[in-house]
Amino acid sequence: MSDAALTETMAEIFARHRGREGPMLPILHSVMEAFGHIPEAAVPLIADDLNIGRAEVHGVISFYHDFRKEPVGRHVLKICRAEACQAVGGAALSQAVLDKLGLDWGGTTPDGRVTVEPVYCLGLCACGPAAMVDDRVIGRADETTIEEALA
Amino acid sequence: MKVYVPRDSAAKALGADAVASAIAYGAEARGIDVTVIRTGSRGMVWLEPLVEVERDGVRHGYGPMTPADVPALLDGTLDGLGPVEEIPFFARQTRLTFARCGVIDPLDLDAYAAHGGLVGLRRAIAMTGQQIVDEVKDSGLRGRGGAGFPTGIKWQTVHDAPADQKYIVCNADEGDSGTFADRMIMEGDPFTLIEGMAIAGLAVGATRGYVYLRSEYPDAITVMQEALRIGRARGLLGADVLGSGRAFDMEIRVGAGAYVCGEETSLLNSMEGKRGVVRAKPPLPAIEGFLGRPTVVNNVISLATVPVIFERGAQHYADFGLGRSRGTMPVQIAGNVKRGGLFETAFGLPLGELVEDVAGGTASGRPVKAVQVGGPLGAYMPPETFETPFAYEEFDGQGGLIGHAGVVVFDDTADMLQMARFAMEFCAVESCGKCTPCRIGAVRGVETIDRIAEGDAAAKDLLVDLCDTMTDGSLCALGGLTPYPVLSAMRNYPEDFARSKEAAE
Repeated sequence: MSDAALTETMAEIFARHRGREGPMLPILHSVMEAFGHIPEAAVPLIADDLNIGRAEVHGVISFYHDFRKEPVGRHVLKICRAEACQAVGGAALSQAVLDKLGLDWGGTTPDGRVTVEPVYCLGLCACGPAAMVDDRVIGRADETTIEEALA
Repeated sequence: MKVYVPRDSAAKALGADAVASAIAYGAEARGIDVTVIRTGSRGMVWLEPLVEVERDGVRHGYGPMTPADVPALLDGTLDGLGPVEEIPFFARQTRLTFARCGVIDPLDLDAYAAHGGLVGLRRAIAMTGQQIVDEVKDSGLRGRGGAGFPTGIKWQTVHDAPADQKYIVCNADEGDSGTFADRMIMEGDPFTLIEGMAIAGLAVGATRGYVYLRSEYPDAITVMQEALRIGRARGLLGADVLGSGRAFDMEIRVGAGAYVCGEETSLLNSMEGKRGVVRAKPPLPAIEGFLGRPTVVNNVISLATVPVIFERGAQHYADFGLGRSRGTMPVQIAGNVKRGGLFETAFGLPLGELVEDVAGGTASGRPVKAVQVGGPLGAYMPPETFETPFAYEEFDGQGGLIGHAGVVVFDDTADMLQMARFAMEFCAVESCGKCTPCRIGAVRGVETIDRIAEGDAAAKDLLVDLCDTMTDGSLCALGGLTPYPVLSAMRNYPEDFARSKEAAE
């Protein structure tokens, strides 16, 4: 992506959130939506727009699990690690899926197809183990249903 | 023929969308007139996707449904569950906050009004701010997010604080494992939350509201945003709320995957665009909250319960409950259970009745070993404590907490040392890092539990000592309450912590 294209997209994002009280998180979510991650070059632009230091922007980005500095796979698979899912075999499922993909938490397959991330509760605690592929939720997940969702 | 199919994300996670399309497709193929209405969930998650067919004004349930069952459903030959509201799990409940959830299309404002919606707000419009606050005090409503602080007292503080701008902030960062009541009400009856926030705004003189909604709930975000749009178009929100001449509008703010942002001060920092670190109290958010202005921060269920209190009167609500726990609580039964879901009931039902009778014991059929109540910061309670009535003070007396009323059941295959380790690991991952006992303590906690697992019995005293430090020295509930699951696991399941060196090797 060219610098000009980035600047243009960012300007559009800033305009969209102008006048909001506490615009930082809405801006970062919009950047994630536009680019799939937060490009390094966007950080000084955000700092300028909000009239704060780059370090402050970096501090916010690095605090939250959702904001990533690096691009991720075409699909993001989140598997719940929390207690209710553990009570119904969530840990074994996570391990099996990670082993099958040859990944650790946070890893992306070499072909760029899928990134696997842990999540702590999807609110599907009465039908665990729970998983989510992009924005699609899966209840009573097993290796087969997860593989189907990734296909 | 009217057919109801939930659009709740638990139902979708179990295939409700495919069932809904199969019904529409099957009806067209048969040339029969079928109206499919997408609703919230009734909360009987083990029956999802639970399809309901209305016959002579009574809704009959079928579930769990698969697309393969649809032809028989449309031909009238499918075995059903009978009238949905007569299913024992549902019939035993007292549905006040969740009265409409699963019944109506969540985005149909007319259906909302036809089922008692907006009555409370209209009544509140005719009252003064102080009268509204008094009504909430009289209802005995306490914060449903976990702390159980009296909602009316909080509102009073904000009401009395002078400011040119005040805020209502709804904490919808429902990160506790085993809880999904906030998600269900936002997906199944969003207008009740909007109405509750509008009443709160009228009470304290706040014209702006925010819902801080976790990003892990994409379906809830979609429904809430659409509900706000409809509410604005229909005059429920805006410069002139239902013709009252008073303004209230609100916005959804999406979280970014930090559990600690469910803590109210870190939530406020996050909304202001900062790292979600905890603020020291005082000042209370009620005095200096969002952007330093007086702010009501309430949980989704607290706010969503306000409309029914105004619809039926504070006394009606307060007549339910036990001791100082008034009204009802939507208990969320999860984990290894036969019948999991949301069960709204008056406070006071013994824990064991919820686990054994309502939920039917474990799904695996094995004996119940532990029940964690109140999310990842709640104590692990053994069957010996099942007499404990479900209420704030009663759980406190057992060294536990009801929190947001999640009940997670484990069978006898659970390794409680591993669960204690997970509690510390989770605290280490999610700590905001502001205070040392939580930031460092959680990491040391994992290491200490690993030592116990390797047969170092002396590490147990060290763990207790560490937990005491975290309890006494942490700024917020994350570091302060992580010792609950850890110490309760060690206290109630000593056999899981008695590992010999040989066995470890």
